[in-house]
Amino acid sequence: MLRNTRSGWGVISILFHWLSALAIIGLFILGWWMTGLGYYDPWYNQGPWVHRSIGILLLLATVGRLIWRFAQPTPAGEGSRLEQAAAHLGHIALYVLLLLVLTSGYLISTANGRGISVFGWFEIPAVLYDLPNQASLAGEVHWYSAIALMLLAGGHALAALVHHYRYRHTTLSRMVNPRYSRTSL
Amino acid sequence: MMKKSVMAVAVAAAAMVPLSQAQAADYQIDTEGQHAFVQFKINHLGFSYILGSFEEFDGQFSYDADDLDASSVEMEVQIDSLTSNHAERDRHILSGDFLNASEFPTATFTSTGFESTGDNEGVVTGELTLHGQTQVIEMPVTLMGEGEDPWGNYRAGFEGSTMLTLGDFGINMSDFPEVMHEVELYVTFEGIRQ
Repeated sequence: MLRNTRSGWGVISILFHWLSALAIIGLFILGWWMTGLGYYDPWYNQGPWVHRSIGILLLLATVGRLIWRFAQPTPAGEGSRLEQAAAHLGHIALYVLLLLVLTSGYLISTANGRGISVFGWFEIPAVLYDLPNQASLAGEVHWYSAIALMLLAGGHALAALVHHYRYRHTTLSRMVNPRYSRTSL
Repeated sequence: MMKKSVMAVAVAAAAMVPLSQAQAADYQIDTEGQHAFVQFKINHLGFSYILGSFEEFDGQFSYDADDLDASSVEMEVQIDSLTSNHAERDRHILSGDFLNASEFPTATFTSTGFESTGDNEGVVTGELTLHGQTQVIEMPVTLMGEGEDPWGNYRAGFEGSTMLTLGDFGINMSDFPEVMHEVELYVTFEGIRQ
């Protein structure tokens, strides 16, 4: 149940997926909203604080998620060979964009060498800082890669719905219900 | 094309040679040894001050104790080298809300006059271009010292400061309290005589 098999995702992968989805969409909305706040808004400092904290937790979770992904079997794809290849490329692009958004965000806040406090619980140190114009450049990358990630995530969701409703595949059901991982091949 | 640019260099060189010979006291600001600082100080909501500096700039000046009226100074500051010890604030200051560093990457100052006001003191007048807008400003300056340094060069060092009204340079501060509409600019440097 916890582990993946060739026929379905285990509980750990399913939790990684949906908690990440929740965090990613939440961070995007929070980021969009907080960057439009006026200087005097009570959330002007609080919004970025929450955004940074959740972002770092997601970065750590994503590293764990990728290790789990490589350590575990991946359920067999559904659809034509071409569709499966496109899906594979799309998933790689999702991971790459996610890592790009997360690391560029980290590089904005640590640009002067200051670490990032996660909800005041612990601090992640700066490792790469004082590069020329770092905060502004990382900010540009953060913004555009976040938009690209949201667009691709939209396509990802659409593809899941097409699998489910049009082709009657178990692609989406497998990501909801760990029961599919129990069927042995 | 090649010929033209070679010509241009030759003409420029020819024009420059008599200048540097005429003015014996030309100094290069010692940015290499970092004996030079361009700092700013601006109020924060009436509570305290934000201090920061520009880390990259360059400039030269002419100074001759026997011919003070001929004094002149030129500086160019890289705006995106601003630091106030807080990356996210720096990014905000450099954004379109304030300095708009991507559109206006440099600030320059070119003196147009100097008036001596006392022993080792005077007022530099000149054109400051900041945020793409040029204003004539005055900056009282003090000669702090000059002489041989321990490493075989001749140095002269100054400091000066002035208040700038940000609105004069097209930087809109109307969302902020009155006390934040002005910034203090402080400059100090040593020059090495060329």
